[in-house]
Amino acid sequence: MSMQTHGTHAHAKHGKGEAQAAAGIANEYLTFTLGEEEYGVDILKVQEIRGYDTVTRIPEAPAFIKGVINLRGTIVPVVDMRIKFHLGKVEYNQFTVMIILNIAKRVVGMVVDGVSDVLALNDEAIRPAPEFGSSIDTRYIRGIGTVDQRMLILMDIERLMSSEEMALMDRAVQ
Amino acid sequence: MAVDISRFRQVFLDESRENLQAMEQGLLKLEQGGGATAEDINTIFRAAHSIKGGAGTFGFAEIGEVTHLLETLLDQMRSAKREVTSGAVTVLLQSVDVVRGMLDAGEKERANDAQAVAALTEALQHILGSAPAAAAARPVEAPAKPATQGWRIRFAPHAHLLRSGNEPGRIFRELARMGSLKVEADLARLPALPQCEPESVYLSWTLSLEGAATREQVADVFAWVEGDCDLAIEPIAPAAAEPKPAEARTAAPVPAAAETAEAVVDKPAADKPAEKGGKAADKATAERAAESSSIRVSVEKVDSLINLVGELVITEAMLKQISGLLDGAELDPALAEKLLNGIAQLDRNTRDLQDAVMSVRMLPMDFAFSRFPRVVRDLAAKLGKKVRLRTEGEQTELDKGVIEKIVDPLNHLVRNSLDHGLETPEDRRKAGKDETGTITLRAAHQGGNVVIEVADDGRGLSRDKILATAEKRGLPVREDMTDEEVWQFIFMPGFSTADKVTDVSGRGVGMDVVKRNIVELGGQVDIESEVGEGTTITIRLPLTLAILDGMSVRVGDEIFIIPLNFVVESLQPAVKDVKTVTGRGRVVKVRDEYLTLVPMHELYGVGAEVPRPQEAIVVILEAEGRKLAVLVDELVGQQQVVIKSLDSNYRRVHGVSGATILGDGRVALIVDAGALTRTMSKAA
Repeated sequence: MSMQTHGTHAHAKHGKGEAQAAAGIANEYLTFTLGEEEYGVDILKVQEIRGYDTVTRIPEAPAFIKGVINLRGTIVPVVDMRIKFHLGKVEYNQFTVMIILNIAKRVVGMVVDGVSDVLALNDEAIRPAPEFGSSIDTRYIRGIGTVDQRMLILMDIERLMSSEEMALMDRAVQ
Repeated sequence: MAVDISRFRQVFLDESRENLQAMEQGLLKLEQGGGATAEDINTIFRAAHSIKGGAGTFGFAEIGEVTHLLETLLDQMRSAKREVTSGAVTVLLQSVDVVRGMLDAGEKERANDAQAVAALTEALQHILGSAPAAAAARPVEAPAKPATQGWRIRFAPHAHLLRSGNEPGRIFRELARMGSLKVEADLARLPALPQCEPESVYLSWTLSLEGAATREQVADVFAWVEGDCDLAIEPIAPAAAEPKPAEARTAAPVPAAAETAEAVVDKPAADKPAEKGGKAADKATAERAAESSSIRVSVEKVDSLINLVGELVITEAMLKQISGLLDGAELDPALAEKLLNGIAQLDRNTRDLQDAVMSVRMLPMDFAFSRFPRVVRDLAAKLGKKVRLRTEGEQTELDKGVIEKIVDPLNHLVRNSLDHGLETPEDRRKAGKDETGTITLRAAHQGGNVVIEVADDGRGLSRDKILATAEKRGLPVREDMTDEEVWQFIFMPGFSTADKVTDVSGRGVGMDVVKRNIVELGGQVDIESEVGEGTTITIRLPLTLAILDGMSVRVGDEIFIIPLNFVVESLQPAVKDVKTVTGRGRVVKVRDEYLTLVPMHELYGVGAEVPRPQEAIVVILEAEGRKLAVLVDELVGQQQVVIKSLDSNYRRVHGVSGATILGDGRVALIVDAGALTRTMSKAA
């Protein structure tokens, strides 16, 4: 299983070319909130953003997998990050947003509290994730970014979504 | 211009396999004798020739060598220099196998099976080495004696000749080897330089070849470009004893000379085959025309087309549903009427489009049946039985995916029929039957299903033998079992009544696999058998794997689809028919049978309250011979659904075979009835 994060993804959209060029090796991140915390994911993994739809529940799935939706004919699983990370208020209304991600040739929907904006971050602006001992799992955090005094938790979304604890994929051989 | 030839490798492999199949069919026909004509040998020859040509181009030297020997042998046969013996046909059939193996090896970039190749080469050379039994009468098309001084060849390639990888220069070089060649180019069609396309041919040539070459030899040189050019081969000495040009069809059917050549001159850049107007509409030309009217398309492309149409069907259903709500809305009635008409038309067109697209994936059953003459021939020879194979309904169309998956089970059934079903010629004679047994493969459409039958007129299944074996194996046996129930035993794993184990069958491996494969395809198997009369095994399959007839049921807020072929019946139980066992498990009594009753709410963890059985609906499922009653809130309807995979973005879920999209855009899960009944019997 691919655990590596690739810088580019064939299916993803291209970022703003000029911004990237100006900032050297800056990557762009889509930022979203979960409760009080602000997170960022590599924009190249993001396919689209849409409102929350009625999901069809799936038997034997963990609570944070809400079910599947019909995304223009493809069946796409939906994960609620608020339930997964125990953050924010879990409610579904017309403001609930879903980020559709394109990961390892799969499509996954991710429910978050809200989507903020797209930020370009230089590698210098990214600090490694601090160690919390065993109390907090930092495997899925690529680093901490700082933008205008805001702290951004940069997720290794591909690693998270393809991890076994997310139970989104069949194990390699089954 | 550099062309990446490896792109065409796969095409060569595919085409060669088709050619091999054509050869095989032709050879079997030859062997049966009677109906075989010179045209049949020609077909085989052409197939071998195409493989040889391609093999050279794509660097399969060994295939080239073997097919060259084949070609030599076939050439002698078609010119009646050698008789068609059954020994030769057997070697030819062997070579089909060997070449097929070499193609497979080439595809997977493995080494060839050197032993097989060497053995075959030897066998072929042995036949070739033996003096050809001189055939008494030479056919009309026999090579003309080299009485002529030479040939005048008018060669007018169509503009696209170069694009098919042919090079006139090479043809000329080849001709030059046969004698002294004079080439005159006709520049009449050459446009001004700026209009020239580098990939088009504008020239035509008049060639004079002086030498002892026969017309066949000359025509052979043009074999690769026939159909892509206008060709006329005339003897230089008109007085020579050479029949009319039209006679030259043996090797290369030549479009009628002057007329078509003229046509090309009339419309210079025309790259349509001009033979349309020509009178040379002999059989071979007609076949070629049929070839060029079809194209090779990768299955992925077709599948993506089918997916898109599936989406369209759903979108259309969505629109239709919304249009149903228009009545209540305040809308100009005339406008609403127009909109509704438009949607009705869209509905019709979408269905037509869906049918049309689905038909692209459909293949005739012939695709599966065509391999059996060979299987039966080899096996019958091995077992010392006489068998006639009949096929009916080869034109019945079935989804490519289904056909590919049905070949193995069919193969197994045919082998079984031959080995166990049919008696030896001696036994048959004693029983007063025709010495030659018959195996019939039959395919037909029945409603939304395809029915395939494998029938033999052999000894039939022995009820006593099966019952005895079943008892020995500790299976539940009753005296009063119906024949159908008894026959079902042969689908049990490891069940065999064969007296001795052969390498053909009798190990009891297989029938259970056959059944499982067919059930996985959503089909079912039935057996009919009469002692002394024979056995018929009937397979019923859905037309396609992409669409399923389903019953939609409501469970809480969710809709589930139950494949219709698993549904036995649905009913509203009376209070007295629902009982509990040990206070927990529930059973429902349906016509003197107690069935486990499970609410779908519990099976699928739908967080809704389970209704009281008498207020709900019980659906009885049957899969793999086991029955299960499930409780649902409501039957919503019956509809065809497009099957979507759940594990392309998620993973497999127990009890769910897939998902589909409902008219309102929601996702509904498809119930895997087999998994449910299996779980229940395991838990029990």
